[in-house]
Amino acid sequence: MELIIFLIIAIISAVSAFLVVTQRNVIYSALFLILTLCSLAILYVLLNAPFLAAIQIIVYAGAVMVLFLFVIMLLNLKKDEFGKDRKRIQKSLGILFAILFLVEIAISIKLGISRDFVGSAAPALEKGFGGPHLLGELLFTKYLLPFELTSVLLLIAIIGAIVLAKKKV
Amino acid sequence: MLGLNYYLILGAILFAIGTIGVLTRRNILIIFMSIELMLNAVNLTFVAFSRYLDIIDGQVMVFIFMTVAAAEVAVGLAIIVAFFRNKKSINIDDLNLMKW
Repeated sequence: MELIIFLIIAIISAVSAFLVVTQRNVIYSALFLILTLCSLAILYVLLNAPFLAAIQIIVYAGAVMVLFLFVIMLLNLKKDEFGKDRKRIQKSLGILFAILFLVEIAISIKLGISRDFVGSAAPALEKGFGGPHLLGELLFTKYLLPFELTSVLLLIAIIGAIVLAKKKV
Repeated sequence: MLGLNYYLILGAILFAIGTIGVLTRRNILIIFMSIELMLNAVNLTFVAFSRYLDIIDGQVMVFIFMTVAAAEVAVGLAIIVAFFRNKKSINIDDLNLMKW
């Protein structure tokens, strides 16, 4: 049962990811990216990370992609401004290298981790694994410093975005 | 329960698709979206490992990654808007100011 769900979701996410890359119209790319992100959220649920799944949908598929669509519509691109693609040789080389890269990862997965994990069932989990309670506790104890630093990062990002995007004074 | 490899391979496939997008497209918005895709592939790997090693720290890491990604998107889109305002184009071949 889990395999069937995984396969359906995996196919949806891979196909829509491919469509993100190949689509000519940027709006369609953005919409397919939302589909990919939502299917990844379902995978997070399968992996016992319900809190992250919620965050994925709220922050990524929600806030980030709304920002994307907002900017795309703000730029108001005409058909001829979508931009030509790269030359054929660059394109085929790019695809070749990406496939080589994929093969390399697959080989290293096969050689490295698989010996310890493949086929072995996932360990039994303590109650509340991946829930907000456990994550929050970790965030405010062990990872307090990174957590605080993220807030500084967000502040810098807000200021940077305003400075970059405003018209020259 | 599925093996860990299923998730790792899916993450690798998504990452490779993102790489194809970065290498073959010239539209800066699509390149940016491909980068987001690659980030998400890595996130999936992190969550899968966190599940199979039974260490929740991986999920905390993904949580922080998402914050960083949100900040990155805000700044990156601001750069794209500034670029479009100056050059009236979103083709990355026009981003050649620093080219020698």
